[in-house]
Amino acid sequence: MKNTQGEVWVFAEQEEGKLSEVPFELLGKARELADRLGVKVGAVLMGSGVESLAKPLFEGGADVVHFVDDPELKVFRNKAYRHAMVELVKEVNPQIVIFGATHMGRDLAPAVASALKCGLTADCTDLQIGDYTDKKTGEEFKDVLMQIRPAFGGNIIATIVNARNWPQMATVREGVMKPLERGTGNGETGTVVRHGAHLEGIDIPVEVVDIVRKVSSVNLKGARIIVCGGAGVGSKENFKLLHDLAAALGGAVGGSRAAVDLGYCEHERQIGQTGVTVRPALMISCGVSGAVQHLAGMKDSAKIIAINTDKDAPIFQVAHYGIVGDLNVVIPKLIKAIKQKG
Amino acid sequence: MKQYNCVVCVKQVPDTKKVTGDAMKADGTINRAALPAIFNPEDKCALEAALRVKETYGGTVTVITMGLPAAKAILREALMCGADRAVLVTDRKAAGSDTLATSYILSQAVKKFNPDLVFCGRQAIDGDTAQVGPQIGEKLDCAVVTYLEDLKLEGDVAIATRDIGTGIETCRAHLPALFTVTEKLGELRPFQMRRVMENKNAEPETLDCAAIGCEDSRCGFAGSPTSVNKIESVVLAGGEFKEVPATDEGISGLVSELIKDHTIG
Repeated sequence: MKNTQGEVWVFAEQEEGKLSEVPFELLGKARELADRLGVKVGAVLMGSGVESLAKPLFEGGADVVHFVDDPELKVFRNKAYRHAMVELVKEVNPQIVIFGATHMGRDLAPAVASALKCGLTADCTDLQIGDYTDKKTGEEFKDVLMQIRPAFGGNIIATIVNARNWPQMATVREGVMKPLERGTGNGETGTVVRHGAHLEGIDIPVEVVDIVRKVSSVNLKGARIIVCGGAGVGSKENFKLLHDLAAALGGAVGGSRAAVDLGYCEHERQIGQTGVTVRPALMISCGVSGAVQHLAGMKDSAKIIAINTDKDAPIFQVAHYGIVGDLNVVIPKLIKAIKQKG
Repeated sequence: MKQYNCVVCVKQVPDTKKVTGDAMKADGTINRAALPAIFNPEDKCALEAALRVKETYGGTVTVITMGLPAAKAILREALMCGADRAVLVTDRKAAGSDTLATSYILSQAVKKFNPDLVFCGRQAIDGDTAQVGPQIGEKLDCAVVTYLEDLKLEGDVAIATRDIGTGIETCRAHLPALFTVTEKLGELRPFQMRRVMENKNAEPETLDCAAIGCEDSRCGFAGSPTSVNKIESVVLAGGEFKEVPATDEGISGLVSELIKDHTIG
């Protein structure tokens, strides 16, 4: 089963004929891994009549698009997708398969790994190729996938390997990997390989009756500037100050888990391990103490300004600029200075 | 009317929200003994889902956990809330199980009870993988419905509402089915006083791997394809740090600096 010349695969999830940003983030990382291994990047596209999505996947870094076209795959259902994916893995034998840690990816990937009896690491924040020595047997493995993820509520970072039962599989958190720069992928063409879903005679016990799409007004992942509030903001009313600051900067507003739990802001604004991972050009952190779970979701911001009354708050350890003071005083001063100079 | 046989898979976990300095050993690993052991929060929601089925449609609720004997504490809690039967799967052979081996052992235990509905919490707070539920479902080869928020039953069909991230889906799943449940379903009901008295010293049924027909090669370390290569404690590392005084001049200077390096403006 171990195919050291196997492709590095990305599961290119689509809904209603549209790809989200996630497959492109995964392709950015897959390209790096595949170049290191000297193999091809394959994107797995499943659905019904969605062949036109192959082109953007080539642009995103795929060399090959494995297209599984079947009316039964029109809407995601665990059993149908699992079965098609398992058959595809057996047929082509990739060495690595990466899924987005989205709702779909976290539903599908475990089921595929279970059926193939191979390992799977959830919610990775980094993937690298490296050598691994089994400490018990002394056995050495070259060029295996190092699957790096936070664990234990974000308090530790674990590197997991799956040296024996290939393919090596992982889900990757949204917003963590960087897509390739536009124009640095493979242009608009590559190889499309069509595959059957092999669903004849397979009973699929679930029918999707209805889907109501969420209309989200919050786009934290795409924001260049984020103003983020924590428990220290003190009230829902005070949170309006953060919205004023974000408006002055053309940025978005986020919150820590504590702020969300206290009802200061909506759940969809939550930044951190159980929320969204962001890496804006500027993060202004207001009244956030800096629990590791929160830092895991924002520490890669290019610039971090922390405002907190407690000079010992852990947030200052990741900040580039620290202002020790009351945010009710500091934020109006910031808004004033921005309006004067901007 | 149909009665439903429900099985709920639960886990006792260290309370990772209470991690403080003394919970981390010098080598960066976790000192589990320093943390309180609790009933995994989303597994409580899974139990609530099963209790609602029993209450609304009739049936039984069996709670299963895999763990050390100390995990009997959460089984007693489940009995106090209204579960009918509690089972502990405990075996040295299960030590070191990753999600693949864990789901194998649990699926073997679940099969023994031949349920119509299986409920799992979406994920446990010590690993946050959300893998064990769907993996049990694959091994049972039944309908799998993740991120469950609401459930109704019509004979052999479950009408489920679930979060798919980009929206809310309604689906019809033919039983038997496995559900992974999130906090949105609702909180676990409180203990029933009468049941607290009855179950405070309850001894759950105990099964080992052999009793549920597990192959040794698929349990514990032997059945776990993943291994931990390295553990590091989280090191907070900022860039260059500059303290800005909370004065008009200080803040004005900061804004100028950010404009100058094109971060804003």
